[in-house]
Amino acid sequence: MTNSKIKPLSVVFLVFKYVMLAGAALIALIPVCVCVLTAFKTTEEYNTTSVLELPKSFLNFENFKVAFQQANMLKGFLNTAIVLVVVLTVSVFIGAMLAYVLNRFKFKGNAVIQNLFMFAALIPGIATQVTVYQIMFSLGLINRLYGYMIVLMGTDIISIYIFLQFFENLPVSLDESAIVDGCTYFGVFFKILFPLLKPAIVTSLVLKGVGVYNEYYMSNLYLQSSELKTISTALYKFTGPYGNQYNYICAGVLITIIPILILFLIFQKQVYGGMAAGAVKG
Amino acid sequence: MQKTRKPFMQWLKSRKGQKCILIFTFMFVPLLLLFVFTYLPFFKMIEFSFYKMKYIGPKTFVGLDNYIDVFRRSECFKSLQVSIYYMGGAVVQLALALFFATLMVFKTKGAAFFKGAMFFPYLICGIAVGFIFKFFYARGFVLDSILQAFGMNPENIPMWLQDRSINNISLAATSVWRYTGQNMILFLGAMMSVDSELYEAASLDGANKWHQFRYIILPSIKSIVVLNLILSISGSLSAFEPPYVITNGTMGTGTYFVIMNRLAHESQKVGLACAMAIVLLGIIVLCTVAQKLFFKYAFDDGTSDESRAAVRKRKKAEKAARKAMRGGSAS
Repeated sequence: MTNSKIKPLSVVFLVFKYVMLAGAALIALIPVCVCVLTAFKTTEEYNTTSVLELPKSFLNFENFKVAFQQANMLKGFLNTAIVLVVVLTVSVFIGAMLAYVLNRFKFKGNAVIQNLFMFAALIPGIATQVTVYQIMFSLGLINRLYGYMIVLMGTDIISIYIFLQFFENLPVSLDESAIVDGCTYFGVFFKILFPLLKPAIVTSLVLKGVGVYNEYYMSNLYLQSSELKTISTALYKFTGPYGNQYNYICAGVLITIIPILILFLIFQKQVYGGMAAGAVKG
Repeated sequence: MQKTRKPFMQWLKSRKGQKCILIFTFMFVPLLLLFVFTYLPFFKMIEFSFYKMKYIGPKTFVGLDNYIDVFRRSECFKSLQVSIYYMGGAVVQLALALFFATLMVFKTKGAAFFKGAMFFPYLICGIAVGFIFKFFYARGFVLDSILQAFGMNPENIPMWLQDRSINNISLAATSVWRYTGQNMILFLGAMMSVDSELYEAASLDGANKWHQFRYIILPSIKSIVVLNLILSISGSLSAFEPPYVITNGTMGTGTYFVIMNRLAHESQKVGLACAMAIVLLGIIVLCTVAQKLFFKYAFDDGTSDESRAAVRKRKKAEKAARKAMRGGSAS
């Protein structure tokens, strides 16, 4: 009885819901879709047709070729890939190891160190670059790929947070029983706890990975030589010579989006899970 | 380090020795990095903010002049006002994210597609987002064409990026576009952590969708919403990429960071830039303290059901009652 009463209302609600969701999806996708249309247009087509018109052919990869070569994107991808692999690996280990020590051992200064990291998280990254630049300069780390990687690891506080939180939920009895069995502290960490950290590692990889792939400011500041461009700085090159040639620019934009889109489609579940887990740090 | 006469190797093998080595080796690298790339620059920044200096060359001590300049120079102060647009954007973004997360928490067909489509902008790098929207807003291009297709007169369409009354809104909208989906995923994650049986029980009891939202969903995500609201304040103050790529900070769109970046790396007013950074940090610390206090006051750290405000009210009432009693007995 009550069911039949509710029905008309819930139909209205359903219609409203799907209209809203479709609208939101449309707004989220239109700017990118228009880029796709434009990226396949020849310069002549681009100059004569409206941006909303379909290109003559979706097989015209000329713009992609030009963009790829002009911005030296191959080099950019290569550099970004190296940076990603090294920074993510090191960050995971550093974060996990530090969190292990801070969570499991009581020693003088433990609380102080935790607070130091906490406060560091408040300092906005771009703000300190004025003086970080000087330090990088005096250490001879400017225009060195490893210099850039070191800065990225050094400003990494998110993953430490994530690991700290995760350790809270791993029972100490695990460590204790392993130690009773004659395991060393190193063994406890590498053999027993580290494998259990998998969910935290995924979270940290997702958050950090997106951050590093999209990082622009420091890459621009510390990697000035054209051989060392990462993918985001390579893309920025389009501001100059191509000014208003958006068919090339859109092709360049899409080239940078495609790899991360593919990864996202494969790892969707992990990405959402990682996002949600990273948010609880408050 | 070690006071006993025990041979060093033996100490090394003992539990205690192992522990010390482990603590040292595991913490050495992260602490070194933290010191070199966060605290050293931070203290240097404080030092530099009292000098008039360039990257290379002599520096002269000027006291608080740089700090006074931050508030006096029209470009710096105006850039703080520009942040208000981004804060407005952040509020809109949180509201939208909350709205869509609420819609999606109930069973939805095609949820994966909607989630993916809305989340996707977050994955695009800031520079690419900049280009996409430069193209989107350019005169006669995407947005104009869409509006015309809906029958809007081209003469009535404003210049999205040049018109000073509207360009900051256009730019803040790109941030909303980029982050709404991500916020939605966060909220959705928190909402999903609520036991689904609760919803069923509620709807059996005849609770409508609004009641479910008000009494089940909202309490479960209260803290994450407040947290994001406060994070978005520091986020709005540090907005950088949209104006940097799309307008290069011209036409009154320079945010605090864009201006700071320009002062530091183009005109090399390092001292002034450092003072700006310190002022920003001060604002962020204030916001964070306010957040902590607010959490303590409103939720009592989440440890008890009774909020601090409620506790205070009750105690006040008790005190008044006691006073009245004592007063009564004395007279």
